[in-house]
Amino acid sequence: MTATELKDKLQSIRQTLSFEETAEWLTVNVDSAEFHDFALELRDQAELDFDFLFCVTCVDWKTQLSMVYHLRSLDRKHSIVVKCKLDREKPEIQTVSDLWHTAEFHEREAYDLFGVKFTGHPDLRRLFLTDDWVGWPLRKDYDDPVNMIKL
Amino acid sequence: MDVKDKPTLPKPFPGQVHETPGGGILVSKLDDVIKWARSNSLWPLVFGTSCCAIEMMSTASAKYDWSRFGFEVARATPRQADVIIIAGTIVNKMGPVLKRLYDQMPDPKYVIAMGACATSGGPFFYNTYSVVKGADHIIPVDVYVAGCPPRPEALLHALISLQEKIRNT
Repeated sequence: MTATELKDKLQSIRQTLSFEETAEWLTVNVDSAEFHDFALELRDQAELDFDFLFCVTCVDWKTQLSMVYHLRSLDRKHSIVVKCKLDREKPEIQTVSDLWHTAEFHEREAYDLFGVKFTGHPDLRRLFLTDDWVGWPLRKDYDDPVNMIKL
Repeated sequence: MDVKDKPTLPKPFPGQVHETPGGGILVSKLDDVIKWARSNSLWPLVFGTSCCAIEMMSTASAKYDWSRFGFEVARATPRQADVIIIAGTIVNKMGPVLKRLYDQMPDPKYVIAMGACATSGGPFFYNTYSVVKGADHIIPVDVYVAGCPPRPEALLHALISLQEKIRNT
């Protein structure tokens, strides 16, 4: 399905979405409270059939955090990007590891580096850093006087 | 070469040749001969952490072959290695591992810091919480190679400089 067809289909499912079409794939902005149900529909609807979550990232815009999910359909051969805004003081979102198991490790990485809590995650703990590390290194306001040399 | 020409030793071999009717006598210092032998047979340890390892692999393979210079056998075990080429970024987690490998190498051992990351932290010098700013914080380095990544010819130049360092000191 092309980007316009996807956009029409998604708008028929949920009216409260906003889209961006400037990038390579269609980008959908969703509210973080509705994200899990929307993701379930993306995976289960026959024409959408997004069965491959290939990237989970977090971005730190200084006023807020946002989660970015890249989904692909292997049979229908279309891709989509889903973005959710998160509050900086309390970044929480429901996990999608029950829909796509690859999200278990991707969400652990986002927790490790940004401090985003994924509610319902079976095993949320640090992935790359040591378990006793304090702080969320990839946030813009992270400060480490021992290791970092500031430019 | 004509059959009538006298055979001459390759220039870099240390010592003086005195011609006698039966052949020749070579006079040299044992130190010089040992250094010559060591420098021409430095076996590297397989140690590549990041992108410089790709350039190191390409130096080792057919186009820029480093076994022409004696680096023939690259073993994965430090017990049989003479030189460790630190090709890549050293992060805080890798620091103790590098120290342990260096300690396991038998003397005489040499270290080449290849690339910007092993020299000084490279592009990760500023604003990184996890990179060791130069491998010489952990082990003593003999030769530094600049580049990100250094070309295979630059690595070969570093290897030849290490050979000259061994022969001259």
